[in-house]
Amino acid sequence: MNTQTTSIDPAVIDTEHRSMWTDVWRQFRKHKGALVGVFVFAFIVIAVFVGPPIHGVDPNAIDFRARNLGPEWAHPLGTDNIGHDTLAQMLAGGQVSLAVGLSAALIALILGTLIGVLAGFVKSLDGPLMRLTDVFLSLPLLPLLLVSIMLFRDTLRAAFGPETGIFLLIVGLIGVTSWMHTARIVRGDVLSIKEREFVTAAYSIGTRRYRIVFRHILPNILSPIMVSATLGIANAIITESALSFLGLGFPPDFPTWGRLLYDGTNFIQITPSRVIWPGVFIALTVLSVNYIGDGLRDALDPRLRGR
Amino acid sequence: MQLANEKTPGMSDANSSKPLLRLKNVKQHFPITAGLLRRQAGMIKAVDGVDFDLMPQENLGLVGESGCGKTTLGRTILHLYRPTEGQILFKDVNLTQLKPSALRALRPKMQMIFQDPQDSLNPRMTVGSIIAEPLDEHSTLKGKDRSNRVEELLDAVGLNPRYTNRYPHEFSGGQRQRIGIARALGLNPEFIICDEPIAALDVSIQAQVVNLLEDLQEKLGLTYLFISHDLGMIRHISKRVAVMYLGKIVELGPAHELYSRSRHPYTKALLSAVPLHNPGREAKRERIILTGDVPSPANPPSGCPFRTRCPIAETRCANSMPQPKKLSLGHWVACHLVD
Repeated sequence: MNTQTTSIDPAVIDTEHRSMWTDVWRQFRKHKGALVGVFVFAFIVIAVFVGPPIHGVDPNAIDFRARNLGPEWAHPLGTDNIGHDTLAQMLAGGQVSLAVGLSAALIALILGTLIGVLAGFVKSLDGPLMRLTDVFLSLPLLPLLLVSIMLFRDTLRAAFGPETGIFLLIVGLIGVTSWMHTARIVRGDVLSIKEREFVTAAYSIGTRRYRIVFRHILPNILSPIMVSATLGIANAIITESALSFLGLGFPPDFPTWGRLLYDGTNFIQITPSRVIWPGVFIALTVLSVNYIGDGLRDALDPRLRGR
Repeated sequence: MQLANEKTPGMSDANSSKPLLRLKNVKQHFPITAGLLRRQAGMIKAVDGVDFDLMPQENLGLVGESGCGKTTLGRTILHLYRPTEGQILFKDVNLTQLKPSALRALRPKMQMIFQDPQDSLNPRMTVGSIIAEPLDEHSTLKGKDRSNRVEELLDAVGLNPRYTNRYPHEFSGGQRQRIGIARALGLNPEFIICDEPIAALDVSIQAQVVNLLEDLQEKLGLTYLFISHDLGMIRHISKRVAVMYLGKIVELGPAHELYSRSRHPYTKALLSAVPLHNPGREAKRERIILTGDVPSPANPPSGCPFRTRCPIAETRCANSMPQPKKLSLGHWVACHLVD
């Protein structure tokens, strides 16, 4: 940190109009890890969405003459056992994995926050909602996912087309089965925040209940929400991999990072890069999102700002 | 303390103007639940039958030791908790029977200043938005008018109006309490409950805040219910003082009379604990040391609530609850042994 920022004349700060988001950005920039995270995540997103036309290789093109190759000019990351170009598959798979991870985590975040806030804030809903959370936590997840995929796959495919249908199904299922931890953490925090004196003060002013939630409670439980959201993205990408591995995720001609990883494990002796690349990118995505979340959490807390 | 209306303590017979606030037998009981099935096992009688009147522009001090129900009474008056029993009349409107929407419309007229300036301000909101919250809820002020009003309020409590973009943690305790006062003043209230507003502050800052509250009362014609355990401060700012013990008011009277000629044994014990300024007299000060603890409000003693610790208690104290007796103009005591 340079010393100039600390020695500014206080009168200058007073007159200057500070908007909250400028302050947040200023603090966010100070978090080195978060900045690196932003660059890595941006790089992955840009590569995955801009890369395929530049690389120009169809991820599903099969070339039997070029099987199990190492890195070379035509195939920078090598090829697999039936001659798919690994780079093309990585890029195409990244689109799906990122989309699944982000949307499933978003669904889990919204559900978890909604249920947690309702349980913490409305006393009569606390018991029923928390027992519901317990039920979801005690369900054996994988069998449940398998059964639901068996039940709903064909209807959704018929309604939305094979690819969108299975995407909605997987995102929905992962979202609906991973909100419980968020809900529990949020409920606990709501219970403690709502006893704070500033909430009583808001009641004495006559603030309506929904405004108390949005103005006083939600901003003060942002940290745990942020943490569980970033962890949720990682979790969703990995759950999708597991489903693909079991052959119940996306169709085989539809690469995702998780599927590439599991398909590659059988060939780890011949072409270890097939396992290393998807693994590295899953880890990089998760790590960068975690760091971004960390930086955002610090930047959104006015008490930590300006340090 | 079941009382006929005309015998209500605090009904000052000299003042013929209408009271701003009138409490009739107000009770606030909280259920205790126990066991696996969360069955109700008893009641915490935090406030147990309180009556008093509050005249416009008066400053009534409410004193008592911790846990006697002072804060609960304040919050019950504002209906932050629904009273279990009794009536609270604000300008002849019975608050206990109002619908939530009608009560909300009345809230601007009754405000509260909180004890802990650290905890009563949302750490994630700027000072400007904290003070503007009541304006957003109850007025139609927007944009420039709204920010002008916020700056006016900051100025009124002696803070720099340019601080609107700052956060509560950037202020000292005294400044934060001023922010809390500015928030309470936003909608031109008539009645403010000061819930130990100075308890969390340094002595030098206490004087500043108390003087600010007195100035504002004079300027804006406010009525205060000043809750405190600081007897010296209450003597300084309140014309009338009520002493509370275990959810009941045991003595109520004009401050000068109560401090010089207190009659209830509990008031005497409380006052004997206040150190004197004169070292010579301080050395000779006779302290009445109460023995034992405050009884549990879940299981209060029979009869007079103070009898378990009272130095002069008799058998009749255990048998019946003493009714408030009028001693002189506006001076009421609830004790069997006072004539």
